[in-house]
Amino acid sequence: MGMTIAEKVIAQAAGRDVVHPSEVLWVDVDLAMMHDSSGPRRIWPVLDKLGVGVWDADRIVVVSDHYVPANDLLAANIQKTTREFAAEFGIDKFHDAQGISHTLMIEKGYARPGMLYVGADSHSCTAGATGCLAMGMGSTDMLGIVTTGRTWLRVPSTIRVEVTGELPFGVTAKDLILTIIGDRGMDAGLYQVLEFVGSAVEAMTMQERSVLTNMCAEIGAKAGVVPSDQTTIDHFAALGITVEAGPRSDDDAIYSDRWEYDGAAIEPVVARPNRHDDVIPISQLGEAKINRAYIGSCTGAKYEDLAMAASVLKGRTVDPGVLLQVAPASRAALRQAMEDGTAQTLMDAGAHILSTGCGACPGIGSGLLAAGEVSISTTNRNFRGRMGDPDSSVYLGSPFSVAAAAVAGHIIDARELLGVSV
Amino acid sequence: MTDDVVSSDVLTGRVWKFGDNIDTDVIVPGKYLIRDLPEIAKHVMDGIRPGFAQECGPGDIIVGGSNFGTGSSREMAPRGLHAAGITAIVATSFARIFFRNCINVGLAPVECARAGEIEEGQRVSIDLAAGKVVNLDTGAELSAVALPDEIGEILQMGGMENYLAAKLARPSGVVS
Repeated sequence: MGMTIAEKVIAQAAGRDVVHPSEVLWVDVDLAMMHDSSGPRRIWPVLDKLGVGVWDADRIVVVSDHYVPANDLLAANIQKTTREFAAEFGIDKFHDAQGISHTLMIEKGYARPGMLYVGADSHSCTAGATGCLAMGMGSTDMLGIVTTGRTWLRVPSTIRVEVTGELPFGVTAKDLILTIIGDRGMDAGLYQVLEFVGSAVEAMTMQERSVLTNMCAEIGAKAGVVPSDQTTIDHFAALGITVEAGPRSDDDAIYSDRWEYDGAAIEPVVARPNRHDDVIPISQLGEAKINRAYIGSCTGAKYEDLAMAASVLKGRTVDPGVLLQVAPASRAALRQAMEDGTAQTLMDAGAHILSTGCGACPGIGSGLLAAGEVSISTTNRNFRGRMGDPDSSVYLGSPFSVAAAAVAGHIIDARELLGVSV
Repeated sequence: MTDDVVSSDVLTGRVWKFGDNIDTDVIVPGKYLIRDLPEIAKHVMDGIRPGFAQECGPGDIIVGGSNFGTGSSREMAPRGLHAAGITAIVATSFARIFFRNCINVGLAPVECARAGEIEEGQRVSIDLAAGKVVNLDTGAELSAVALPDEIGEILQMGGMENYLAAKLARPSGVVS
């Protein structure tokens, strides 16, 4: 009987020929990641207490992204502990304020096809865009992994998500994944893996694929995976890394469900405040005024996201009643945006450029929302109070939609500004 | 809190009831994550029921709906609830990272399809090994999912830290 990608990766990591959904197995982890919030400050004291070190410094990535830049002394101390941890344990893959961990795992070429990768953050699933099995866990699971290189897994079943055709111009991976989450509900993928296939997925860049896998966290899934292909191999080749294509699901693999979408039928959508599965096409939204706009996070501030926003903002200015803030997902994203004029366009339109890092998305960094403020954001979650005051509101949308709303002062279909007939 | 070993397979307590999709941003809002555990414990559930941490007490049990603990991987969500006195969460389903985090910090996650039949303020007893929840007010017996032995062992020992300490002390040093 055939196996899915997830089953193949887990079988290899467990030293088994075959695995079946619902089995609980101990597996070897290929690669682990922790950040400043989930990592050293939580783990180091326990390592000392247990009197143990790390299992393999070369397989551990440490990133400071949540408390970057330090806004107070508690945050400064968290940063210092993170730096000292990396030095003490010889972690060479340490990135201090270089970007958001999930963006760097792909940008640096760490997460590779066929790997079993665990990160101490719920959006670690992002790396599944490279064809690995990427899962998020908590700090103490990470403690177990960094000391032993092993963890337990319940073998997940896999849902096959096939998107045929192609997405129309102005419609993004963000619109697609929000549409899927809206259709299915935020717990529809619980304990399972979403495998994304079909021509609309194959046509996506690595960055757009990573939006699909990133938001698998928002449907409850253990992981999201895009089968590796020539786009994957080219991504690594551009980094000077030679990889072989990873495992693909067998033709007779067993899926728990098959979800089918016509890419051409997807349109720009937003998730309404407090529930990321309360998704509605912008064409049906009615009047929705905003006074804050945020382009940030691992979901929505990669170079291509900045470029999408710039294509809307070029030659336009942000509505005087709106504060548009942009927190690039990595220094490399900002650098690329500077080199080709994208950053200039954003600033000319009136955007306020913030530091790279997780920023306001987890309610920690700069750019928080006050009571009564209404934001549209390229981020991934809009749980009540996530980005600031419990009485602030957050719509989730694509970089096109956020930029267009910043110009209009209310949410509109960005294609009206992109010169596309809708 | 990992020093508190779950000494018995049966947990009994008073119920606080919550709904579906209770997310970690309302359990421990992001602004508290920089604080230490005792401070965080004073603010659990602030995002959905301010004052909860002051009302709940040692041995209390939370009953939730589907996808309990969805969202961020922040372990301070179950750790904060545990420090506030909660010993178990009974829900129709759990978000997977939250489920793992509960086990790792010694807070029992109990999957029970009929959790919705339990009301706020009632008393329940939970037999973890047998996979059974008894409503002590109504006498109703609800079946729950018993944890696989490999995972139950971690919870039994009070969490991953104690489990690792025991495993690493073995001559082989090999987990599982």
